[in-house]
Amino acid sequence: MNLNLLFSLAAILVLGCVGYFVPNAGLQMFFGVILPYIAVLTFLCGVIWRVMKWAKSPVPFRIPTTCGQQQSLPWIKQNKIDNPSTTTGVIIRMFFEIFLFRSLFRNTKAEIKDGDKISYEWEIFLWVGALAFHYSFLTVLVRHLRFFFEDTLLKEKLFFVGIIETLDGFFQIGLPIVLISGFVLLAAVLFLLSRRVLNPQVKYISLAADYFPLLLIAGIAATGLWMRYIERVDVTAIKQITLGIVSFNWTSIDVMKSVSGTFYLHLFFICTLLIYFPFSKLMHAAGVFLSPTRNLANNSRMVRHINPWNPEVKVHSYESYENDFREKMIEAGLPVDKES
Amino acid sequence: MNDKIKIIAGLIIFVAICLSPFFMGLGSDSNKGPDPVISETAKKKGKCILEKTEMAKQHMVILDQWRNSVVRDAQRVYTTKDGKRFDMSLSNTCLDCHDNKKEFCDRCHDYASVTPYCWDCHINPKEVK
Amino acid sequence: MVDVVKPEEMIKIDPTPPSTNWMDVPPDFSPGKFPYPSQAKSLEAVGFPNAREWSPADEDWKLPENWQQIIHEGFKERLDKYRSLKVFMDSCVRCGACADKCHFFIGTGDPKNMPVLRAELLRSIYRNDFTTIGKMLGKFAGARKLTPAVIKEWFSYFYQCTECRRCSVFCPYGIDTAEITMMARELLHLLGLSIHWIMDPVSNCNRTGNHLGIQPQNFKEIIEFFCEDIEEITGVTLNPSFNRKGAEVLFITPSGDAFADPGTYSFMGYLMLFEHIGLDYTLSTYASEGGNFGLFTSSEMMKRLNAKMYREAERLGVKWILGGECGHMWRVINQYMGTMNGPANFLEAPVSPITGTKFENARDTKMVHIAEFTADLIKNNKLNLDPSRNDHLKVTYHDSCNPARGMGMLDEPRFVLENVCNNFHDMPESTIRENTFCCGSGSGLNTEEIMDLRLRGGLPRANAVKYVHEKHGVNMLSCVCAIDRAVLPPLMDYWVPGVDVCGLHELVGNALVMEGEIEREMDLRMEDLPGKEGDSDE
Repeated sequence: MNLNLLFSLAAILVLGCVGYFVPNAGLQMFFGVILPYIAVLTFLCGVIWRVMKWAKSPVPFRIPTTCGQQQSLPWIKQNKIDNPSTTTGVIIRMFFEIFLFRSLFRNTKAEIKDGDKISYEWEIFLWVGALAFHYSFLTVLVRHLRFFFEDTLLKEKLFFVGIIETLDGFFQIGLPIVLISGFVLLAAVLFLLSRRVLNPQVKYISLAADYFPLLLIAGIAATGLWMRYIERVDVTAIKQITLGIVSFNWTSIDVMKSVSGTFYLHLFFICTLLIYFPFSKLMHAAGVFLSPTRNLANNSRMVRHINPWNPEVKVHSYESYENDFREKMIEAGLPVDKES
Repeated sequence: MNDKIKIIAGLIIFVAICLSPFFMGLGSDSNKGPDPVISETAKKKGKCILEKTEMAKQHMVILDQWRNSVVRDAQRVYTTKDGKRFDMSLSNTCLDCHDNKKEFCDRCHDYASVTPYCWDCHINPKEVK
Repeated sequence: MVDVVKPEEMIKIDPTPPSTNWMDVPPDFSPGKFPYPSQAKSLEAVGFPNAREWSPADEDWKLPENWQQIIHEGFKERLDKYRSLKVFMDSCVRCGACADKCHFFIGTGDPKNMPVLRAELLRSIYRNDFTTIGKMLGKFAGARKLTPAVIKEWFSYFYQCTECRRCSVFCPYGIDTAEITMMARELLHLLGLSIHWIMDPVSNCNRTGNHLGIQPQNFKEIIEFFCEDIEEITGVTLNPSFNRKGAEVLFITPSGDAFADPGTYSFMGYLMLFEHIGLDYTLSTYASEGGNFGLFTSSEMMKRLNAKMYREAERLGVKWILGGECGHMWRVINQYMGTMNGPANFLEAPVSPITGTKFENARDTKMVHIAEFTADLIKNNKLNLDPSRNDHLKVTYHDSCNPARGMGMLDEPRFVLENVCNNFHDMPESTIRENTFCCGSGSGLNTEEIMDLRLRGGLPRANAVKYVHEKHGVNMLSCVCAIDRAVLPPLMDYWVPGVDVCGLHELVGNALVMEGEIEREMDLRMEDLPGKEGDSDE
């Protein structure tokens, strides 16, 4: 019995019922306007709170994990990215880490073969899945900006939103055009979820807190796809609601009532995600920036790193040492500071 | 700690990006929604090929089906539920009644920032004149 | 000592996790499964709290009365002191990429040896004590109450981690289990829970200046004994100095090299090299330890032991410090020393007196690794080398964890090797350089009673050696770490019989053609050089 998975599934089902049925029982104003404000506020304050909490603790030592040749003698070729000794190097390393998941790219799978040979094969699927997940999520997010800005602004200033949507619909299948990112997102989430269910080791370490966000995001993606391709909700009404929220000039309750339960479910899941984010492992998004094994240069032999709480310690001094061994030292012909 | 400045700067950028829709939208009355105009010609005809609510949801699907039907199967005739027959043509059938693309099609499309690629190939006959 | 099963049996590893939730699986404290606890006297010698006699095998660990408070407050203090701990506690997504990167997981199949789960042992308490969600949702949020069973689990598994950082290379957030293990061990030390093999060297080092408790007169004797051997092998007489004021360079190497084979041969190599180039150097009996087992107890203890290097350098008035071959010693020097005990303004930025090369990368710490130093000498043609004297050896190189992943010294030793021997073969890529596998006995775990665990932990390393042994006939595993030199020989005997272990500078010493030396007929181990006895048509 995978209790953690069941617990998360149950939580999603309960949340799903709330999100689908409750708003249309006359609570559109709460679920369509008030809750999104609460969610955004919680998300932003929570993220700031958590990051500042991290920032409050100093980095006492320079502890980069060095993944390549150090800066050494001038004729030895340094690996300036994986073992940076300059800020530029660190920035490049962090760029690769944050945008391309470089460390995950290294992933191997250790296996004992032929009874006594350990092999380490390159294991790329986790990296592919993770990259697909994060980038499709980002694309979906950027595309959704069209609901939060007026058209003139989108056309004149934020044209990247249109470009991304055009690229996303590159294959021009059907009408409304199939945007691949939504499907990739759902597929990637399901892949990541399947690892947690099928791989015995990953299953063993998975907590409810690991299944829950995956299921939640799967729910968000699924309801989104449902609205666009099957239910075909009225996007103008939805944009009235979203623009109403961002302009603090809410749309009429009639419009809010005209929108289907799927939309409120979609929105409710998103609000849940936003509220949940700062208090969960999803904060890895910010954590990756602050990881001292990645964001520091390996130059602590060149430039002194300062530890703000560097403690005073009691060192066994040479004097006490000589006092302890003076006679033996003199006898052995070792020089001493004091003859007796 | 001098890295606190960097961290705070990062947070400010992040929050600014997240709140940008609010800054840009403040005080706008864009919540009113689009206001498509049914042209006189269309009003005279009285009835479209489907009910209004259905058309709102399905028009893009129908146009897609029409295109496939015409281009791939050379079938050009659409029959409505009540037996009326229409030529499957955006320019000649739809735009014949809805002869005000700017006030009809574009109003909603623009509001929702939808950029249908119909007009990549088709032209609005009214605009040519 | 517990009997160890045969290699064919040991390698049958089942990595299938048990069906029970990990929180409900107790650790194994049967004989051979735990390192011996430290004696009260070694804790008292350095002023560590809650010293007492106890055993992990006992049901009652005699924890101090307010032990929960001690852990809670100690945890909080460390969260406030180390951003790494906070970020690592909060960021893990349990993707599992680290799981099969750990040599202990590969060798034991025990799921709690997956780095992620090892960290969860600590994280579960963090969630319970310091996060709202953890307090609210308990087990479902991965939180659990602090019980004596948790402390026992910590003791078991944080002494099954060698702080090698291999998992950290593969973690997408750079989570470093070494950091987590260090924190957990610090917490355990607050309760007086530590192991003999670490605390004994620490208290020795504090008093005598080295882990092994070698007193000054004995240290001198040992070195003089090496000089006699060198004279017998090469015909050259050496007169190293001790505690000499005014020398240009202070040389510090792990005391293991003075104590046991094959480290001793490396020490002889150092001495011969210094003689050959005429280096103005001295050895210290007060700072006669390069290594730092304090690193395996607490950052303060590490600082206390490390401080002696600078203090002695200042007292003797040397210009800079040269460091010998040692693994964790260089983690300390490269990443902690300047911060903890610097700035060493009484020293000068290191310049090789032989080649004039300025060691820019050590300009603040003022301490140079001997592999860097020797590589520079070779590059500038300052050494007269005859690599054919190592022709009977087919050599491979084990990157020690700390110089590899806490420093990045990868090509210097390889450059030296390529110049002092003719047969050098690297092991497969996924087992060397930043991907190197631990010897299985690092971070103070090189103690006899857990030989089974050590052999399992060393399996990935040994298996890679076996690969080059079978493919290229490799018979010598070189390394730059004193713990490696102590623990790899039994590891090789067990998994890859026929492969010997040596330090880098043993091979340098063998190849070095010294001024005024006699025809070499023996290597530094005083074994006959094949083809050299009586054969002199060079």
